[in-house]
Formats: sequence, C-alpha cells, structure tokens
Amino acid sequence: MNRHLISAGDLTRDDALLILDTADELAQISDRPIKKLPTLRGRTVVNLFFEDSTRTRISFEAAAKRLSADVINFSAKGSSVAKGESLKDTALTLEAMGADAVIVRHSASGAPQRLAGWVRGTVVNAGDGSHEHPTQALLDSFTIRRHFGRSASSRAGAPGAASPGSASRVPADGALDGLRVTIVGDVLHSRVARSNVLLLHTLGADVTLVAPPTLLPVAVGSWPCSVSYDFDSALPKSDVVMMLRVQQERMNAAYFPSVREYSRRYGLDAARMAQLPDQAIVMHPGPMNRGVEIAAEVADSARSTIVEQVANGVSVRMAVLYLLLGGAEGES
Amino acid sequence: MSETWLIRGARPLGGEPADILIRDGLIDSIGAATAPAGAQAIGADGLIALPGLVDLHTHLREPGREDAETVETGTRAAALGGFTAVHAMANTDPVADTAGVVEQIWRLGRQAGHCDVHPVGAVTVGLGGARLAELGAMADSAARVRVFSDDGKCVSDAVLMRRALEYVKAFDGVIAQHAQEPRLTDGAQLNEGEMSARLGLTGWPAVAEEAIIARDCLLAAHVGSALHICHVSTAGSVEIIRWAKGKGWRVTAEVTPHHLLLTDSLAAGYDPVYKVNPPLRTAADVAALREGLADGTIDCVATDHAPHPVEDKETEWDTAAFGMTGLETALRVVQQAMVDTGLLDWAGVADRMSRRPAVIGRLAGAGGELAPGQPASLTLYDPAARDTVNPATHASRSRNSPFGGMELPGRVVATFLRGIPTVLDGKIA
Repeated sequence: MNRHLISAGDLTRDDALLILDTADELAQISDRPIKKLPTLRGRTVVNLFFEDSTRTRISFEAAAKRLSADVINFSAKGSSVAKGESLKDTALTLEAMGADAVIVRHSASGAPQRLAGWVRGTVVNAGDGSHEHPTQALLDSFTIRRHFGRSASSRAGAPGAASPGSASRVPADGALDGLRVTIVGDVLHSRVARSNVLLLHTLGADVTLVAPPTLLPVAVGSWPCSVSYDFDSALPKSDVVMMLRVQQERMNAAYFPSVREYSRRYGLDAARMAQLPDQAIVMHPGPMNRGVEIAAEVADSARSTIVEQVANGVSVRMAVLYLLLGGAEGES
Repeated sequence: MSETWLIRGARPLGGEPADILIRDGLIDSIGAATAPAGAQAIGADGLIALPGLVDLHTHLREPGREDAETVETGTRAAALGGFTAVHAMANTDPVADTAGVVEQIWRLGRQAGHCDVHPVGAVTVGLGGARLAELGAMADSAARVRVFSDDGKCVSDAVLMRRALEYVKAFDGVIAQHAQEPRLTDGAQLNEGEMSARLGLTGWPAVAEEAIIARDCLLAAHVGSALHICHVSTAGSVEIIRWAKGKGWRVTAEVTPHHLLLTDSLAAGYDPVYKVNPPLRTAADVAALREGLADGTIDCVATDHAPHPVEDKETEWDTAAFGMTGLETALRVVQQAMVDTGLLDWAGVADRMSRRPAVIGRLAGAGGELAPGQPASLTLYDPAARDTVNPATHASRSRNSPFGGMELPGRVVATFLRGIPTVLDGKIA
C-alpha cells in the first residue's frame, strides 16, 4: 500500500479489502464501553481543513482519538491561511511541528497531492475539489459489504453466505463482485462519485452513473462504468442506489432548468424507491438536500443506510490511519 | 562597431559546409573564404547556420513584473535561444496600450542590445475588451507597432474585433487574437477530456478556441483584413485555418513549442509547471499541429515565453499562474518534434522560425535569408548535441520550464545580431 491515500485508484483490490477487513475488526471496539486502542499513542495527526466540513473532520478526529493519537485541528478560517499564507508554507509549518499524518480537505483538486510533495508524513485526502474523497468511497463499500453479507464477520459466521438477490457470484474474499451500484446526480463536480467509481470497479461491482448530460464529464465514456440519462430504467437493476448532493451553486448555472425539474427527473422519491429490488439499499454521503435529490420518506426509510454510513466512517478511517501509520509496528 | 567575423565550415540551412564572412554588419560572402586581416574566426564544423530566429510572442513582463522577467533577462534568454528579434506582448503593468509605454519597452530593448524588441500594442484600453486603444499612435511611435494583441485575454466582442481588424488596415497592422471564448472557459484549468474528468479540474474545451478562430476568419474575410491567430492548440483549429487559407483569406497562425511536444497527461501529478493557456492538449492534437506546421497551414513557431516567479507556481493547480518559459528551449524542441521526426528540414525550420514570423510582424531587415548583402543576423546551432534541460541554468529570471528534466537534442552555439555576436560558445557574448 502507498504511504499516502490520495486517490481510490491507488488501492489494489487487496489493499482495499485489507482496509475493509481491518475496519471490521476495529468496528468491534466501538461496541465496547471503553472505545480506545493504544495503537497510535504518541503519534500526531493533523486535521488540515481548508473547507468547512464538520462531519468529515469529526469523523477523522474520532478515528484518530480512538487510536490514541494526538489530534490537532487546523482550520483555515481565521488562521494564517486566511491571511494569504501559501499551502506550501502551511505544509512546512506542519512539518516543523512533527505531524505524522496530515488529513487534508481542500477546495482545489490536487491539493493533497501537492502537499504530499512537501511533507514527510502521511497525507490522507479528506476531499479535494472535484477530484476525490477516497475514505468516503471506502466507507460506502464497507457499508455495502455489510448489507450484502460480504464482510469478514458475516463470512466467518456463515461460510459462503449468499448475499440476497445476487447470490450467484459471491467472492470468497468479500469483494463486491456482481453487485449493481447506481450513482445518481452531479457526477461532474463530485469527488464522491469519482472515488466510488474507481473503488467499486476495483472491488468488482458494476457501476452505472445516472445524471442529466450536463452533469457528466464529456469524457465519462473512458470511465470503468456505464452511463444512463434515465433514472427509471436503472432502478430495477440496482442493488445499491447512491444519491449525490446537488450543490446550491449548480442550481443557478444552467446545468438544469429548475430544482423542481431536477427533482422530478433525478430525485429519489417513494414511487421510485418502490421500483427497486427488495434487497436494494439507498445511500447518500450527506449532507442531504431533502426534497431535492432525495425525498424525506426515502431518507428515513428502512432501506436508507445514511446514518449507518456515518458510523461506519469512523471505523474505516481508523483502519486507514492504522494501516498507513504502521500501527501494527507501533504495537509490537 | 565594425567587426569582421569568419565562420568556418557551417552548414547554411543544413546544406553543404561553407564559410560565412561577416563584415560591417552584413553577410559579405558565403562560400570558401580566407580570413581578412583582423577577422575573428569561429570553427563551425557540423553546425547549422540559420537566419536569426524571430519570436512573435514573448512576455518580457517589464514594466510591472520585474520579479518574473525584465527586458534585459528576457532578451538574454532570447539570444541564448538563437533569437535576434522578439515581439513583447502587451499585458504588462501598465498595459502597453499607449505610445508612451510601447516606446519605453522599445527603448529598454535597445539598451539591452541582446536582440531587437518589437512591442506588441494592446487592442483595447487596459486589455479591458471595451474600447479600442490608440492603435494609430502606437503605430506612429518610435516603436513602429504593427502587431496588436490583447493576448492573455480574447477580444471576444465581435463588433470590437471587426473594428480592430478594419482600423489597422490604415497602417498595415495585424490583429493577433488569443482565441478563447470566455463563457465556455469560465474557471477553465485543463484541456476538457479524459484528464480533466479524472483529475476533477474544470475543462477548457477545444471548441472555445475553435469557435473564436472560425468567427475571426469570417470577420477577417468580410473586411479584407489581416488576422493572426496566437498559439493554436487543437486539431480542429488547424482544420479551420486550413479551410480559411484555402479561401485565400489573410489568415496566419502560430504554434508554441510546448504544444508541439507535450500533452495534458503531464497534469496527472497536478504540478502547475504544466499549466498553460491554452492548455496542453492530447496526442492527436499534437500530431495535427505538427502536420499543420509542416504543410504550412500554421505559419510559424512562437514561444509564448511566459515567465512566472516560483511562488506563483508552487501552489495548488487552481491558483497557479498560466504559462511556461520557452525562449531557451524553442529551437531544441522544434528539432525534436519536427526535424528528428522528418517533418521539416532545416530550411523549413528557418522558414517557420525566422522568415515567416518576420513577414507577419512586418519587420524589415529581420528574418532575412542567409545571402550576401543581407544583415548578418544568424544563429549557429549544433544538432548533434544533447543534454537534459536544467531550468536553474537558464538566463530567464524564471524557472517555469516544462522541459526541465527532459533530454532534448541540440545546442545554440552562437547568435549574431547585425554582425555583432550576442552569444558565443553558448554564453552571452
């Protein structure tokens, strides 16, 4: 595995499965009264957030703290960055403070990769511009795996356990072969979509992107997935439907005529949910625009894994930090 | 200033070896010669002799951004690249939109003395795209401006572009258009295609260049004016220009060395040294540009030398400045892309890098042929040399060369400007 986690495309199938299996083990300590391991004691993890994202930041913070790391939160607002300090100078400052890992969220695509060139520590991409959000993709795959009985624990409990619906091709290693995942919404600007397409493909899932043509990259044909403009025809063929957030700024830039029309054509409401196969689940990376891309009754339905995704995020991020920071060596 | 030089055994335009005698600023003779008394001799066995190169598109940054480049450092870089004349683009601070500013740049060039500096005048006041600058005053100034451009910005208003094309006919001027439809390239970062989709960078679609080129060719035809198109970067643009030239319209075009060699796949690591406007395109575009330059659809190579200080490039991709240096590597890149591939011979290189840009720039006495009686502005080039480009050694004040770390053929050995050496043995004379 690479020293940094910048793109989901950097992960081999074995890398990804190792992270997911490790997350499975680490998830168990969340059920204990004392939710803490000494693994990263004495290590410093910096949360470097140039963009507001309370949910991702606290998820990483919780993950690092459960592994006993020292966590420094560095928010760009009101800091030297707001006064014009360059990313490079910020990187050198963190370097001088001895950060072992830098978790970075930035509005510019590629910022984590630039940062990785300037610091010695491990860089974890917590979302960069319209590029990638690899830990979101990992937690999504983790969630899918659990729901379809493919996580390590469910395999151990019931060898060869069939995932409902697509039982024919369940792989022994707990990957997602044969599962049909439909990702719906603003693919063009979505880092969640990019990371998910790459990781889900690596794990063997069949991915379909559904969006208005204006919200797909012109070169989407080169991606390892299928593309459709018609949500309704994709529904019956979906084991997983992943809804993407429609950003406020897209709503006034002629990507679609109106929010209502978008919602009618690409929103997931109860009627569309009824077209899904019985076993299908509904995912959303959050934060949701209820009533736009997802109806409240869908978000709150039994098929929705949205709250579960948040909980799984902590386990997956623990696994990433544990594996990238060589937690195993620290223990011995 | 009378110097006599005898260049022994150089190959004019890559032809048979000959001795070139330079006297009183002119080429005295080409052929076997004995050194006259007091002549200084240069052994030039194996070196190609080319007429001094002419660049239609250089950013010298002075006045305003002397931290990036000055006329002195930029013209040193030009001489070391084999150039004897450069056109200094107008996007300085203040903008070169008045007779006063263009004369200042012209004088700075004369003082530096490393090559001729021909200021380009802005088309619109402050590059604002709203009102015509005083084009006539710049044309009548000591700088004798003939090329006008808002380069860096497109003259996107069709009426203003039409008027500019018409107006400069009065003094045989040419409008050099930076073809970029602004609404289609709002926030654009990288060629729109597979790479921009993968990297999550806002796409710069080829159509934004091609649509403006098509429109401007039609406008130039309608009013019977001369249009020059800066830094053509797409296969579609080459096709449109080929079509316009086929109609007999007065359209010329340039291509940069970097668009002849590099592709957008270099952006994969988000290193802004590869960020340039127009952006690096695909391998298919590179092939079409080479073909267009070879068949004459594209008239010339122009560097778009765009120096930037380190702090404007050591950033996130989105915030980094657009532009690459190019003067010191241009001829080497053209050898790699065009000569070593068999697409152009050295006579063709002389045509595309000296004669034709001099014609487009309306330069008398530059870009001449290598012939007795012509001004002795020429460059001696060793095509057999080869080394790895190290921007730290460049004379340009800036280091943003996309060729850093690449091995390229060739070495400029000497440059003469009207009989006076500006470069000898690869160093400023």
